[in-house]
Amino acid sequence: MWTQFLALVWRDILSEFRAREVVVGMAVMALLTLLIFNFAFDLSGAQRVASGSGAFWVAVVFATLLGLGRSASLDRQEGAWDGVLLSPVERPVVFLAKLSSMLVFVVLVELVALVVMALLFDLPVFRPGVLLVLALGTLGLCTLGTLFSVMTAQARAREVLLPALLFPLAIPVVIGAVRAMVLELSGFGADAGPWKSLLAGFAMLFLALSVATFGVVTEE
Amino acid sequence: MTAWEAAESTTEPVLEVTSLTKRYGWRTALGGVSFRLWAGECLLILGPNGSGKTTLVRLLVGLARPSSGTIVWFGREVAPVPLEVRQRLGVVMHRTMLDPELTVFENLSYYARLYRIPDATERIQTVTSWLGIEERLRERVRQLSRGFQQRVALARAVLHRPSVLLLDEPDTGLDRASRARVLDLLRAHRERGGAVLMTTHALDFALEAATRALYLERGRIVYEASNQESLRMLAATASNTVPV
Repeated sequence: MWTQFLALVWRDILSEFRAREVVVGMAVMALLTLLIFNFAFDLSGAQRVASGSGAFWVAVVFATLLGLGRSASLDRQEGAWDGVLLSPVERPVVFLAKLSSMLVFVVLVELVALVVMALLFDLPVFRPGVLLVLALGTLGLCTLGTLFSVMTAQARAREVLLPALLFPLAIPVVIGAVRAMVLELSGFGADAGPWKSLLAGFAMLFLALSVATFGVVTEE
Repeated sequence: MTAWEAAESTTEPVLEVTSLTKRYGWRTALGGVSFRLWAGECLLILGPNGSGKTTLVRLLVGLARPSSGTIVWFGREVAPVPLEVRQRLGVVMHRTMLDPELTVFENLSYYARLYRIPDATERIQTVTSWLGIEERLRERVRQLSRGFQQRVALARAVLHRPSVLLLDEPDTGLDRASRARVLDLLRAHRERGGAVLMTTHALDFALEAATRALYLERGRIVYEASNQESLRMLAATASNTVPV
C-alpha cells in the first residue's frame, strides 16, 4: 500500500516539477491577491492584522481552487486518471495520495505568500501558533477540494461546479482560520483554542467523509 | 492458489457477459449484449463508429457502471471490479494513460509500482524490447510520435503479466512493422493461456489476430463469426460499413 501511495505522490510531484503548470499559476494568483488587498485596505493601526489575515486566506482559497482545477485537468489529459482507476489500488489510497500531492503544492504557495504577507503587512507570521492554524485550515480546505475536484472533473461545467460546491462548505474552515490567525497575530493565541478545535474538527470530518465516499465519487 | 486462480483453472469462461445494457439518458449505447470469452482465444469486437465498442470495454474494466446486466470475471460476478480482477487485466484505451512529462521508463516504473511488480526493471527491459522501444526508455513521452506512444501504452498494459488483455483499437498510429510486433505479442499471450478482447477498425490486422468475432451495430450484437471462413465473411461485410 505504501509503495502505491508513494508512487502516486511521486508521479504528481515529478510531473509538476517538470511542467510547472500548477504551482506557478497558484503562486501568481496568491501574490496578486495579496498585492491588490495591500492597496485596497488601510494598513495602519488595528485593522492591519484583520485585513492581513483575511487577505491571506482569500489568496489561499483562490490559489487552491486554481490548483485543484488545473491538477484534475492535467490528470485527465492523456487518460492518466483512468490508468490510476484501472490499477489495483484501493480508492482511499488514491484519495490520500491526491490529497498529499495537493497539500505539497498548497503549502509551497502558502510559504511564499506568508513571506510576502510579512513584508507587505508587516506582521510576525512565522509563529508556531500561526503555522498550526495554517496547517489545520489547509488540511480542511484541501481535503474538501480534492474530493470535489475529482467529483466534478468529468462534468462539462466543472469550472463553475467546483467553486459552487467548494465555497459554501469551506466557509466554516475559512472563517475559523481567519479568526484564529487574527488572535494569534494579535498576541491572544490562548483565546484561539476554540477556533483551532473547530478547524481540527472540520479537517477530521472532511477527511473521514472523503475517504469513505471516494470510491463512489470515482464511479461514473 | 487463490480463489480467482482456482476459478480460472476450471472450464468456466474467463469472462461471461449477460444482457449487458448501458443507457445515457434516453440513448441506449449498449442494449442487452451477451457473450463469453475463453482462455486462449482472441475475441474481436467489430462495428461502425458509435456502435458501442468503447462503451463495452469501459463497462468490462469498471470505468463505467452498467444500467443492467451482469459481468462475471473468472467465475464471479463483479460490480464494481475488485482489486484482484484489476490486477489481472491489461487495458489499452483510446488515450495512452501515460504522463507526457515523464520518460518512458518513469511511466512504466510508476505503473510497475501500482501493480506491485517485484522484478520491475527487468520486466520493463523485457516488454520494451518486445515492442521495440528499449532505445527510447530515457525519452519523455511527450517527445514521442503517436505510434511510439501507443507502443508504450501496450507495454504498460502487458507489464504486470495480465491474464486478459482488453484492447480498444490498439493498432492506432502503428505502422506495419509495429503491428507485426503487436500480433506476435498477442499470439504469445494466447499461447500462454491468456485471453484477448479487442476492438479495431484495421480488418487485416484483426483477421490475423482473431479467433472469434462479434459485430456490433447500434449497441447490439448482430453477427458472430467463430471460424476463419465466417471471420472473412464478416470482415468483407464490415469493410463496407467500417471506415478503415
